[in-house]
Amino acid sequence: MTTPSRPDLPGGARPTGATGAAQWVGQVVLYGLFALAIGVFSQWPPYHPIRSDQAVIKISVTRLGQPVGECRRLSQEELAKLPPNMRDPVQCPRERAPLSMEVDVGGKRVLQRVAQPTGLSKDGSASIYERLVVAAGPQQIEVRFKDDVRPGATTYHRQASVDLVPGQVLVVDFDAEKGGITLQ
Amino acid sequence: MPSHRPASVRSRGLSGWQALERGFDSAFGSALNPLRHLGALGFLALWLLCASGIVLFILFDTSVTGAYASVEGLERLPLRLGQLLRGLHRYSADMLMLVMLLHIVREWLHGHERGVRRFHWLTGVPLVAFCFVSAVGGFWLIWDELSQYSALATAEWLDLLPLLTTPLARNFLTVHAVSDRLFSLFIFVHVGVPVLFLFGLWFHIQRLAHVSVLPPRVLTLGLIGVLALLALLRPVMSHAPATLGQVPTELHLDWLLLWLHPLADATSGGFVWALVIGVLALLLALPFLPQPARAAVAVVDPDNCSGCRRCLVDCPYAAITMVDHPNQRVGRELALVDADLCIGCGICAGACPSSTPFRRIQQLATGIDMPQLPVDALRARLRQDMGAATASHPLVVFSCEHGAAVDGRQAPDVQTYPLLCTGQLPPSFVEYALRDGAAGVVVATCREGGCEFRLGQRWTAERLAGQREPHLRQHVPAERVELVAAGPGDEPLLSAAIDRLRVRVHGLSDQPRIQNDDYSLQT
Repeated sequence: MTTPSRPDLPGGARPTGATGAAQWVGQVVLYGLFALAIGVFSQWPPYHPIRSDQAVIKISVTRLGQPVGECRRLSQEELAKLPPNMRDPVQCPRERAPLSMEVDVGGKRVLQRVAQPTGLSKDGSASIYERLVVAAGPQQIEVRFKDDVRPGATTYHRQASVDLVPGQVLVVDFDAEKGGITLQ
Repeated sequence: MPSHRPASVRSRGLSGWQALERGFDSAFGSALNPLRHLGALGFLALWLLCASGIVLFILFDTSVTGAYASVEGLERLPLRLGQLLRGLHRYSADMLMLVMLLHIVREWLHGHERGVRRFHWLTGVPLVAFCFVSAVGGFWLIWDELSQYSALATAEWLDLLPLLTTPLARNFLTVHAVSDRLFSLFIFVHVGVPVLFLFGLWFHIQRLAHVSVLPPRVLTLGLIGVLALLALLRPVMSHAPATLGQVPTELHLDWLLLWLHPLADATSGGFVWALVIGVLALLLALPFLPQPARAAVAVVDPDNCSGCRRCLVDCPYAAITMVDHPNQRVGRELALVDADLCIGCGICAGACPSSTPFRRIQQLATGIDMPQLPVDALRARLRQDMGAATASHPLVVFSCEHGAAVDGRQAPDVQTYPLLCTGQLPPSFVEYALRDGAAGVVVATCREGGCEFRLGQRWTAERLAGQREPHLRQHVPAERVELVAAGPGDEPLLSAAIDRLRVRVHGLSDQPRIQNDDYSLQT
């Protein structure tokens, strides 16, 4: 069944607002404002992450710390108490040492951090990450790093003079194969 | 003495929003007003993003070394097609973010986070997050200075959560740290998350019927034209290639999409996390705040339901399904209302063919009806008012309680009947009013696109124009009926329509109110 259409029904009070030229002008203005809002704020105002006379030092270390204690050889009695499949004569502590790091720039302490190992048994690696904004130009950097809490453990130390150009990123990392603390 | 409660932020905001909509109506007309099509505009932006994104992806080199060059290679496409594609893609994303924000504001101002619409609200909240994630991820693919800044800022921000053993930011320490594998992650973020967005969008609109996934054609073409023009006049340009050993000192940020990064720089990553989690939690909590009692839902009367499916077709919220009729012959169906989905608009009652007031039965029982305002009560009041009318040319005004207020339109010759929605009005009531003594009938809907229940205005206009069932019969004189689209704040428009009809019917006083008398009464 088709529904008879009746276009004759008065609808004169439909709110059409302005008509003709005024309506066209209104539309152009509103479309223009829309374009202006998007066109402007998609690129302006410019943003400056750092000032033009600054540089960045990134301290980033991820490392598995040393075991918190020395390995120990079990006695025969102790071994006998263990199930046969677990009779490892040498037992080492599972927990790892936290990483500790201190960074001085220009003689001033800018970072002092201790990062705990991850994992429920604290047997995972630990991480330190920090981004420091400093003044560009010559800088004296001193870094101390430790990943061992056993008596007599080594504290890695590095002191360097760097000339940071504006915007430069200097990365402070630790790589045992490269001799310890690295600056790149 | 009447108490004057201070207007709430929401009601003040709603008044302001409605004034803004009326302003836009002046330029576009209410049917083409973009503020009344924000959801559909979001879809348009999404389709533009998908279309331009697919072409861009074909031309894109998905490697860390080739990405930048391939994006710059777009400049070499003929007819500035590269600029057009890139600009359309970026500016559509900006448009999506803008209309999404406006859509949230509009729906909240109308109280649409409550009741049945809670589902739409809650399924919409994750879409905001998906939209931001995929938009930010898109900037990383170019692998210029802005990509470098955004990717690193995002990584540092995510590293504040104790989720990963190794900080994500370590992936951006040196040039050698950024690999093609990391770039694959970027691509997943920008292409995979939008797939999640689309999936979420399907949920968002699942409980709606007759969903517009594109705005009206004129508006669609207008907006595409504006975005294309913008893409050519203000082309999107890359920054210098990413160099991880340097921090860019000046960036031309897209503030509509990347504002979280500078905010984190200016405050802290923790503050931005608190802000993001707080806003999302607030959006998710809003539907659960104390709210007015829900409207009564539609009730089906099996004895009067013929299973014609008109209510099923017209329900804007897909709250009606058809089941086998328990008391009738095999093959006959019965409408079934899902109370969790029914919003209580009454559009189904207006669609029901058994809602006709011409039925001779003492109590007008219809197939589907609203307990708070049954058609029988409407007919009884209409009969009573027309019987008691003393004016020579009484006028009847059927209006929507969400549209222009009829309180101030009272006059000795005017009887007003506010409905849950004008979609609740069976068109035969117009004819019935004229036969019962009314000299003219005003049907006042909300403005086009401004119906509180999405489709009431449209269905009413189509039914009265004879383009939709149940329709107003041909022999009802058009000059005795005035259809006016008057939303909240449009009271002068409604008054003008009443005045216009009053003048017109006075000029028709000698003519019969119904041209022929061919209707048949049903029992």
